[in-house]
Amino acid sequence: MKVAITGMGIISSIGNNVEENYAALISGKTGISSIENFDTAHAAVIKVGEIKKSNQQLAQQLGLSADNDFSRTSMLGAIAAQQALENAEIKDCNEYRTGLVSATSVGGMDMTEKFYYDYFEDESCRRYITSHDCGEVTHKIAEHIGLKGLVTTVSTACSSAANAIMIGARLIQSGQLDRVIVGGTDALAKFTINGFKTLMILSDTYNTPFDNNRKGLNLGEAAAFLVLESDAMVQKENKKVLAYVSGFGNANDAYHQTASSENGEGAFLAMQKALKMSGLNVSDIDYINAHGTATPNNDLSEGRAILRVFGENVPEFSSTKGFTGHTLAAAAAIEAVYSVLALQNNVVFPNLNFKTPMEEFDLIPQTTLKEKSISHVLSNSFGFGGNCSTVLFSKN
Amino acid sequence: MEALKQELKGKIIEVLNLEDIAVEEINDNDALFGDGLGLDSIDALELIVLLDKDYGIKLTDPKAGKTIFQSVETMATYITDNRTK
Amino acid sequence: MKTCYINGTGCISTQNTFETDFLSEVTINNTENVIYANQPSYKEFIAPAASRRMAKGVKMGIAASSKALKDANLTMPEAIIIGTGMGCVEDSEKFLKSILDNKEEFLTPTSFIQSTHNTVGGQIALGLQCKGYNFTYVNGAVSFETALLDAKMQIENDEVESILVGGIDETGTYTLSLHKLINLVKSEEDKPYSVLNSNSKGIVHSEGAGFFVLENEKKESSYALVEAVSLQSSLETEEVSDFIANFLEANNLKISDIDAIVLGNNGDVEFDDYYDISNSLFKNTPQVYYKHLSGEYNTASAFGFWIAANIIKNQDIPEVVSMNALKKEAYSTILLYNQYRGKDHSLIVLKKC
Repeated sequence: MKVAITGMGIISSIGNNVEENYAALISGKTGISSIENFDTAHAAVIKVGEIKKSNQQLAQQLGLSADNDFSRTSMLGAIAAQQALENAEIKDCNEYRTGLVSATSVGGMDMTEKFYYDYFEDESCRRYITSHDCGEVTHKIAEHIGLKGLVTTVSTACSSAANAIMIGARLIQSGQLDRVIVGGTDALAKFTINGFKTLMILSDTYNTPFDNNRKGLNLGEAAAFLVLESDAMVQKENKKVLAYVSGFGNANDAYHQTASSENGEGAFLAMQKALKMSGLNVSDIDYINAHGTATPNNDLSEGRAILRVFGENVPEFSSTKGFTGHTLAAAAAIEAVYSVLALQNNVVFPNLNFKTPMEEFDLIPQTTLKEKSISHVLSNSFGFGGNCSTVLFSKN
Repeated sequence: MEALKQELKGKIIEVLNLEDIAVEEINDNDALFGDGLGLDSIDALELIVLLDKDYGIKLTDPKAGKTIFQSVETMATYITDNRTK
Repeated sequence: MKTCYINGTGCISTQNTFETDFLSEVTINNTENVIYANQPSYKEFIAPAASRRMAKGVKMGIAASSKALKDANLTMPEAIIIGTGMGCVEDSEKFLKSILDNKEEFLTPTSFIQSTHNTVGGQIALGLQCKGYNFTYVNGAVSFETALLDAKMQIENDEVESILVGGIDETGTYTLSLHKLINLVKSEEDKPYSVLNSNSKGIVHSEGAGFFVLENEKKESSYALVEAVSLQSSLETEEVSDFIANFLEANNLKISDIDAIVLGNNGDVEFDDYYDISNSLFKNTPQVYYKHLSGEYNTASAFGFWIAANIIKNQDIPEVVSMNALKKEAYSTILLYNQYRGKDHSLIVLKKC
């Protein structure tokens, strides 16, 4: 059973809304740059997909007072969720059984690391203490859009938002809810920059997914949300449907705490499950939006899994991380928006910075913008803890 | 060199939390990874930080650890040749 | 549509709930504003080489899940779904502190790796070699309930036959010190602490792990069946009655069908009036409370769920959790209601099977 997508919203390093993101994607304009919004010892040796807006500017955009208690993560999320609702022409979130499922990896860590010691000295910053909590990040978004119903949060590292889409679709399929706003948000933080640095998987230059000489990932920040609605709602409200979630699968690699297995077992299982649920054949897939983080480990493992699923007939595929960087828990929501844009506009977005094919296999990503008829897109997202997720998006 | 090896064994046990192993149980040429002490890729990253912090050696390629961390012997040799503190 | 049965449980809490029969040994704390889990020996569950990098939360999760699986006589669940408010918060704090104190130098990956919220679910999967569905929900007081709702939907839709569901939270020293700063935790002056006769704000903070095996078939080990789960982010106190009435109606239940209600009172005078339904709607219903035994944490409601499942299985409400003196001959239907600071409201109905 398919679930309709009736609205979407996004803010990323390549644009402040869906239109700007699309314009950047088709013109090949990257959002990767040097970090500006906060100080880090690694500023000179990393590049990031940073949204060039200060917290003050974001607060202003949301109409928040100066003494608000929104973390950057919440603000980005609120902006994207609000856009998604406007796009779906929903004015009252509580009119039908409506839920919000967000995803985040470190929640309001941006504020916690800023005020870590100040909290004990300065009472004025203490309003941010509870904003650290992942669930609180989602509560803030819910408050901002005035939603009182089911609110929950998924955190499965870098696959989180794909899983938020899955549980959202499931809540509609099982008749628990009529509409669910699903997506994810993550702000750049010293915490994640240093964390990935210790794993030695941060590139010191622009990330190059699926390239033989790839040096690792660029971290990014972003938020994106989609509005999912039941068929009954679509009919009743005569809703315009942007695309459908036609299948999904989640599996665990059960191989290593952080690394993906050599043969991409978890990724293979996730893609298979999603295809099975949708009833689609591998030959029906017109475009794969790969996880493609540009770490040596991910791209090899994912490539092998794609070959296991698609064999000789791998469709056009690309990773859009070259545009946005790896936006962690938000990544799958960002890429869901891009998948819908690919369906709507019949284009495959380019995989930036690719030069040399990997020596392990014969897989070459789509490196230029390609127009082709697209009916079904497969989107992969994988995370620490062996978490592997695939979501399928379809035109009809 | 002998003292450095003893020092390394102690540090390996400490930073990798190898509570059940004593310094005397680690031989200079025991394999640290795989069948020997059974260390894994995360331990390798911990050892890279140990080189940086205590001996002033910066490794930028995690794969470089493979040869350096074969055994306490190879580690000690590499440190002796490359240490800056 | 299939039915969702609770076929195994494993509970680590501030009480000795892991190694003794249901509430056969309890102590009631009224002097500590933070209470810690009564942890079992992990040797039986985790090899030393594996445990050396594991956070307390991971160890509690593995032990509690092993016990639940054994109780249900199941070796491999088809899915693992975890609820945790803060994940392995101790490692998050440790990594963050070393970033700041060492000015982003000489950092090691272990605590960062542990800090991701899905570490517990990932490590259980790794240990069991379970390649199935693996989810982690992190939404305050409904973290466990979302996991439960997800599991229930999948079992009822016949997507899987067995799921391991758990609620897990560990204490973190830094987070606790912050929560004390803003009076989320009861202060020393408020002693002796009491849940039902409290006159102070805040809570007694704690930790624990409650794990359950849910399956689509009734077994000898079955405790109860999960009939309904509902979540609501925000409610005013005066909306609680309607919220519950609507939920009962949607599930074809009347107040008189409820044989006992399990309430999440935590002794915070500012918010415990959400449970005033004990004096109105459910005045004549046997009432159960439990946070005087478990303390309060994001997934303390998994402890309440464990209590409710055991009450149905044993057909008895132990004195120590009885809130009013009312008793019933039989406990066929139990309603659970929990919230934290007026947010994250959840309702669950368990039935005898």
